[in-house]
Amino acid sequence: MSDQAIVDKLKGKFSSEVVDVVEFRGETTITVKKERIVDVCTFMRDQCGFNLLCDLCSVDYLGRSPRFMVVYNLYNITTKERIRLKAPVEEADARIDTVSGVWGTANWMERECWDLMGITFNDHPDPRRILMPADWEGHPLRKDYPVQGPDREPYQGRVS
Amino acid sequence: MAVNTTETMTINMGPQHPSTHGVLQLILELDGEVVRKATPHIGYLHRGVEKLSEHRTYHQVIPLTDRLDYLAPMSNNLGYVLAVEKLLGITEQIPERAKVIRVLMAELTRLKSHLVWLATHALDIGAMTVFLYCFREREVITDIYERVSGARMTSNYFRVGGLSADLPEGLEQMIREFAESMPAHIDEYEGLLTGNRIWQKRTIGVGTITAEAAIDIGITGPGLRASGVDWDLRRDNPYSGYEDYQFEVPVRTEGDTFARYKVRLDEMRQASRIILQALDKLQPGPILADCPKVVLPPKADVVNTIEGLIHHFKIITEGFKVESGEVYQGIEAPKGELGYYLVSDGSSRPYRMKVRPPSFINLQGLPQMVEGRLLADVIAVIGTLDIVLGEIDR
Repeated sequence: MSDQAIVDKLKGKFSSEVVDVVEFRGETTITVKKERIVDVCTFMRDQCGFNLLCDLCSVDYLGRSPRFMVVYNLYNITTKERIRLKAPVEEADARIDTVSGVWGTANWMERECWDLMGITFNDHPDPRRILMPADWEGHPLRKDYPVQGPDREPYQGRVS
Repeated sequence: MAVNTTETMTINMGPQHPSTHGVLQLILELDGEVVRKATPHIGYLHRGVEKLSEHRTYHQVIPLTDRLDYLAPMSNNLGYVLAVEKLLGITEQIPERAKVIRVLMAELTRLKSHLVWLATHALDIGAMTVFLYCFREREVITDIYERVSGARMTSNYFRVGGLSADLPEGLEQMIREFAESMPAHIDEYEGLLTGNRIWQKRTIGVGTITAEAAIDIGITGPGLRASGVDWDLRRDNPYSGYEDYQFEVPVRTEGDTFARYKVRLDEMRQASRIILQALDKLQPGPILADCPKVVLPPKADVVNTIEGLIHHFKIITEGFKVESGEVYQGIEAPKGELGYYLVSDGSSRPYRMKVRPPSFINLQGLPQMVEGRLLADVIAVIGTLDIVLGEIDR
């Protein structure tokens, strides 16, 4: 199935959910609303064959609204195809439903996403920090988090 | 009168335990010697590579990638430079010689990584001789690394657009002799282990995982192929010219520790085969793409011409600008699918770099592979997952 066919299939079922479709360097990115993300992911897995969630992460577009974008890189092991889903998340309501019920592998990825970016995953089975210590404050991958860490003099030398 | 109690005991394993392969901590809930629950705790080696990369130019990120999976540094370099090249849209312009040397080094890296895996896995289960044999061969690969890049582990050899330097004189012969000797060495390891009854008792039926469960939990690479899924990115989504090489993808269906052992050994044989093919393909030619905006000018131009000097200075100080966009590049690293997701905002630094480390995802499968089994099997399963904490914690 070509990327276009997958987009059409998804649009046929969730026409009001698909916000944007972008193609860049041969990769297709579909932006969907976050409200029905679990349904969209279940559809992608069961109807389009994307049985492996390669990666789940988030990007902080500080200064834009919505501020965050949760990114799902999907892979179909049968047809060896990739596709990318994205769901925008507002800063004021930085939460999205967990997809760990769709792909078990999302469990740790979502924990990491919460730990480093501060996006809450509703109904997550194990919502703990994963890389940072349990008592850490703040979310280091946010763009407004200083690279040298909190409560320190800004680094005076060249950063790059 | 004695009263039977059914209390479980919680013990801590790691993060300084030699068989956890680094700084992995496991909280194990034991009922006698049977593991009821295993909870991995990670993050002891977290250095914030993804955060650091947002503050460096594209070229300055390459040395950070070495330090992810430090047992397979060139695979990490390769995944990253391929992702940047895709983002720039210059994948087609990489010269043939650079592509062949990349494949050559990536396969040597696969051997290097698998040798450490076999050495430590066997040592954990009690076979010490194999450890010494494997490190003998790994030493040769480390020497090859040193000759091409100057470093024995943190190679930083690949560049966006090609390589940092050509192969030194006489190295091809050294690699050829090594690759030709490797199958005999693999037979030697197999002679020590495969038919060994202790080895079989410790590995057959241990840490079994079905294909469906492995895909659900995201296990990739040899771990997935040992569960019967015939999938290898080198063959199915080829990169860096892998479509031009003849090799087989070993697959087994048992899904246990022994199957993963056999799959990895067969992969080592195939890697030697690919190395010899790459050496035959190696033709003289340029090692850097003809993209003046991205690659550094030749050294002679820098010292002899003012244009060359300015060009060099600009790329070193400012880096190169990349069109806004996002790409994901996955490669078949020794431990599974290694992915780089790069987002660019049009500047000379990555806006966001996300690494998809195979060990991080594979480790997630540990609890379901050990729960209900003996404590001693935990050691075997950690070994068979082939984890590297540098990559897990990033």
